[in-house]
Amino acid sequence: MTPDVELRQVVKEFSAAGKSKRAGYQVRAVDNVNLQIAQGEFFAMLGPSGCGKTTTLRMIAGFETPTSGEIYIRGKAVHDIPPFHRPVNTVFQDYALFPHMTVIQNVMFGLRMEGVPRQEAQRRAEEALDMVKLSHAAARRPNQLSGGQQQRVALARALVKRPSVLLLDEPLGALDLKLRKEMQAELKTMQQRVGITFIFVTHDQEEAMSMANRIAVMHEGHVLQVGTARDIYERPVNRFVADFIGETNFFVGNLVEKRDKVGVVKLADGATFEASLPLDASSVSEGKVTVALRPERIGIFPPGEEDDMPREVPLNVLEGVLYEMDYIGTDTRYTVEIAGTTLVVREQNVDYEDNYDFRLGQTVKIFFPAVSATILQE
Amino acid sequence: MSAAQTVQQSFSSEVKTRTFEVNERQLSLDRLVRRIGKVGLLFNPIFSFFFLWAPILVLVIFSFNDSRSVATFSGFTLRWYLNIFSGAVGAGDNFSTALLLDSLRNSLVIGVIATLISSVIGTMVSLALSRSDFPGKRVLDAVLYLPVVIPEITQGVSLAVFFNAIFGWWNMTTGQRVSMGLETVIIGHVAFTISFVAVVVRARLADMNPKLEEAARDLGANEWRTFWAITFPLALPGIIAGALLAFTLSLDDFLVTFFTSGAGTNTLPVFVYGLLRLTVTPEINAISTIMILASTLLIGISLALQGRNAVRG
Ligand SMILES: Nc1ncnc2c1ncn2[C@@H]1O[C@H](COP(=O)(O)OP(=O)(O)OP(=O)(O)O)[C@@H](O)[C@H]1O
Ligand SMILES: [Mg+2]
Repeated sequence: MTPDVELRQVVKEFSAAGKSKRAGYQVRAVDNVNLQIAQGEFFAMLGPSGCGKTTTLRMIAGFETPTSGEIYIRGKAVHDIPPFHRPVNTVFQDYALFPHMTVIQNVMFGLRMEGVPRQEAQRRAEEALDMVKLSHAAARRPNQLSGGQQQRVALARALVKRPSVLLLDEPLGALDLKLRKEMQAELKTMQQRVGITFIFVTHDQEEAMSMANRIAVMHEGHVLQVGTARDIYERPVNRFVADFIGETNFFVGNLVEKRDKVGVVKLADGATFEASLPLDASSVSEGKVTVALRPERIGIFPPGEEDDMPREVPLNVLEGVLYEMDYIGTDTRYTVEIAGTTLVVREQNVDYEDNYDFRLGQTVKIFFPAVSATILQE
Repeated sequence: MSAAQTVQQSFSSEVKTRTFEVNERQLSLDRLVRRIGKVGLLFNPIFSFFFLWAPILVLVIFSFNDSRSVATFSGFTLRWYLNIFSGAVGAGDNFSTALLLDSLRNSLVIGVIATLISSVIGTMVSLALSRSDFPGKRVLDAVLYLPVVIPEITQGVSLAVFFNAIFGWWNMTTGQRVSMGLETVIIGHVAFTISFVAVVVRARLADMNPKLEEAARDLGANEWRTFWAITFPLALPGIIAGALLAFTLSLDDFLVTFFTSGAGTNTLPVFVYGLLRLTVTPEINAISTIMILASTLLIGISLALQGRNAVRG
């Protein structure tokens, strides 16, 4: 099946504002991006501020023209199709509701532009407002609505057009935490109900992971990784992705042996352990590598308690010195130094009291299975 | 001994707390200074308004004075206002109500036509400046505001020279004689009011969220329909405000009119100036009062429209 939206080697360069005459001073906002987004998918684009998320969306919507590369929507190259002829609608970050029109007029606008007769447009707009539970506010002006309500109007205004693809640029960015959580759930159910492809931009990793089928992680104009939340969390392709999504420990070592799916890493102090090769095993080669390891995947024991260690899976066991221990409610964080690297270990507090007696300065053992650690190219 | 007590002791032995002695004289002096300051602050706006408005106020008062002399106020009358409309303007036979009404009609015709033209051009220019990018944009931007700041006499003289040059050339090539008249005044007024319209409309456009136009295009409106459905209605208060400002400036203008009107095309300000050269009559006061009233009203509406916000959304 052809993807709903496809980007092939898309590049967008801006000449810096006001300095266009200075030779060669250009910003590469989007750099060689390739994406394939399937029909009905909830696709998130995640990345820090300025990484090119908005620019990518604007190119799909038709507000910006790629410097090079092609964009296809439903298999058609859209290079010279203006925004108003693309089967794509946008929910803007600041909603961009028309202040001089009522809510219902806002929602009807897109239909009227299509030439839908007034009565039918009115009926369909009412349906759309009903869907976002705002029928009672149809006659109000946008400035008489709360942020969450405005967000819903923006959604209704875009969905009433029945687009192939809905673009959402940080649609929940302006809402407070509680409303944000509510709207996340609502958006997700709505997407499943209407079956429209959603491309959702956010810089909140939790939001992206909880809502999307697949996530693209962007950084400085590049798409670093595309995959499910699990892929990205468990098998980041590089240090940036591992660091951006959740908390991660990194330690540097030497990859001395590559086997099927796992590799053997030797640390500076001579200790060795096994860790998983990345999804694309060929991206690492023997020599210096970085290993990413999530704090919550590490177990920790004081000396003399090794017998308690689980035995079902083969485990890596390393020795280090405990030099910090913080109780933070749900978890306790231990900071351990191993072969010159500091690692953070998180243990859930499942009991009122700690299981073990730890003392600072003590030599402790940490353990983790090979699947929990990912080898990355240094 | 508890820890708290220890702390207290060491505190009192090391740090001598400042005594709280009230110097009554110092205090009352301070109070006096502050009172003077307050009164001064109150008088500041009163003084400035006084200097601004006193001459105008005097003029308005004397337009109701029941005496030809401006030395004394000898009672209230509407005589001068009635005089204006009943034929006697008060400065001899050369100044009749017919001439006054004629000049008023000229003023209105010039004002309306010049305002229409400069509103359209000014709006288009400010749209171009705020919504698109083209070579020379920054130069145009700077030049556009020049008429706001350069002395009006310069504009008047340069327009006169310009028209004379054009008409001279026309006369040489075609043999026809053309001279300045209503049309040249209109052109002159358009030339100097465009800037004012553009300034006001641009402020309005700058306040407008450009995403609104994008949203319209996103929803299926092409550029033409986006303009009429979104940009124009949102900019309209700014355009009307600019037009009212232009109209007022045109009505009140003396210098540019003086230099661009040929013989016989008087506007109201030029007519009043003609009266003044003979003598200051109470009728002039009455005419001026009416003009002030009209201008204040127009400017007031213009300001109210500019102050209307809620353009963002
Ligand atoms: N019109 C423009 N002119 C010049 N540079 C631009 C323009 N639009 C974006 N950029 C630059 O391109 C880069 C990417 O911008 P973009 O808005 O796509 O980032 P973003 O990922 O959406 O960030 P945020 O999370 O802050 O919204 C930035 O460096 C930005 O300064
Ligand atoms: Mg953005």
